Amino acid sequence: MSNVPGDLRYTRSHEWVRTLPDGSVEIGITDHAQSALGDLVFVEVPEAGRQVTSGDAFAVVESVKAASDVYSPIAGEVLAGNDSLATEPELVNQEPYGLGWIARVKPGSMAEVEALLDANQYAEHLASEA
Amino acid sequence: MPYIPHTEDDVRQMLEAIGATGIDALFDEIPAALKIDALKGVPPALSEMEVGRLMLDRADRDGRPLNFIGAGAYEHHIPAPVWAITTRGEIYSAYTPYQAEASQGTLQAIYEYQTMMASLTGMDVSNASLYDGASGLAEACLMAVRANRRSKSARILVPRTVNPTYRRCTEAIAGAQGLALEEVDYDRATGRTPLEALEPWSGQDITAVVLQQPNFFGQLEEVDEIADWARAQGALLIAVVNPTSLALLKPPGEWGRDGADIACGEGQPLGVPMSSGGPYFGFLTARMEHVRQIPGRIVGRTVDLDGRSGFTLTLQAREQHIRRGKATSNICTNQGLLMTAATIYLTLLGPAGLERVASASAARTAELVEALTRHKGVRAAFDGARFHEAVLRLDRPVGPVLEALAERRIIGGYDLGRDYPELGNALLVCATETRTSEDIAAYAAALGDALERVVAA
Repeated sequence: MSNVPGDLRYTRSHEWVRTLPDGSVEIGITDHAQSALGDLVFVEVPEAGRQVTSGDAFAVVESVKAASDVYSPIAGEVLAGNDSLATEPELVNQEPYGLGWIARVKPGSMAEVEALLDANQYAEHLASEA
Repeated sequence: MPYIPHTEDDVRQMLEAIGATGIDALFDEIPAALKIDALKGVPPALSEMEVGRLMLDRADRDGRPLNFIGAGAYEHHIPAPVWAITTRGEIYSAYTPYQAEASQGTLQAIYEYQTMMASLTGMDVSNASLYDGASGLAEACLMAVRANRRSKSARILVPRTVNPTYRRCTEAIAGAQGLALEEVDYDRATGRTPLEALEPWSGQDITAVVLQQPNFFGQLEEVDEIADWARAQGALLIAVVNPTSLALLKPPGEWGRDGADIACGEGQPLGVPMSSGGPYFGFLTARMEHVRQIPGRIVGRTVDLDGRSGFTLTLQAREQHIRRGKATSNICTNQGLLMTAATIYLTLLGPAGLERVASASAARTAELVEALTRHKGVRAAFDGARFHEAVLRLDRPVGPVLEALAERRIIGGYDLGRDYPELGNALLVCATETRTSEDIAAYAAALGDALERVVAA
């Protein structure tokens, strides 16, 4: 069973969202997603300043056999991409909820963050997909 | 006999298994308005016998003229072993098989090809080849837009000294995808792109600058200063190069302080016959930092579980069989057969042999220009250094002169009137190592007669 931390929000397309103390959010892909993709060899992160809406393909995670889009769970402005992933894409595999974060975004509305799946709902979604 | 393995019964069973009512049902999602019943202007099918006859007639019509036309395709000597080896059963294939690693020989040939092209262009990585030089430039422009993330404009500066066919092809492919190709004019005296012609774009958001060396007129551009200018604007530099010329000229990887970002071009001069315009192959090489945005595939060398060396597709995750509509390209292929011929050609010649081909071609063209400009009313249009092509300016219309030469079985060159009307009666000529001094003397004599027959305008 993959790891689904209780304090995060989730999407059906397997991204997670963490609200930071300053009101911005950190976004990454879930433990389930990294495990399904296998060893990542490249991560393309969004550049700071980019305006995104929810559902935008704003990052790409690439394994040896496939490249997959990562979708922004919310609307907002990208504050930073995780530049460490340029040289250490394996951080996404090793610490999907920690050093493997993909982008920090200033949300247009916190209500949109609150409306995402909670940990229980995401775990149910995983169970239904299995 | 149809060469289709499925019987009607097979087809019916397969359709039943997936619950489709018929073959047409598989294409349901294509809107009816986009479907056509028949291709316009395509004649009915011919039998093998009829096609054979047609092709022989066409070949007869070409005859065996003495050729002095280049303009993007070049008549070089192809050593006999090139196609004798290329068409051996072990490697005679147009494609990488779908289970690529099962065909280690094919992958090794691609690996060797990539190594040679990267070395020749002075770049870090090469893909496994593209359709041709023209679509190669379109791919390079699309790649530059993906790779230059600081630039938002998708504006690309394309000098008029870039092959006009390449420009039209790039406009057709990349223009339709939102790229704005903006023309840069050339100096009428030198046939080159002066830095001043680029100045109006200084300080603007430009995604990439294209530069062809030698340019379409055969003239050598000031590649270093233009490369540095592009870098200063935050634009990527796309080099369009003739692979033969790189045996003599500075490779794109060394242009300016930092080198070009992407190099592309037509591979035909490397062992591929002119064949009425194709099939040819395009090449595309780049700096390592752009490797993820290269269209197509890359083969790498690796070891298997037992530590034995082998070859594998290392970069295909963004190809269309995986990324579909989001692939780096949906029109590119690996021209396996022609790429293999080029690899064998380069292997047989080696660096010294390629340099002899390039030097001889440049020397023959210099000899040709000297011989032809001895005629009154014929002069070289541009000053300055050139490779193996030159623009001549005549004092009378080019078309009738070329027709008169054709009667003597001489193809006298490429009439620049259509693409460059401002040059007046301008003719692009080329001589490679295959033209002898006797050939050149024959052309010069025939030109004298032709000029007498065509009245000056």
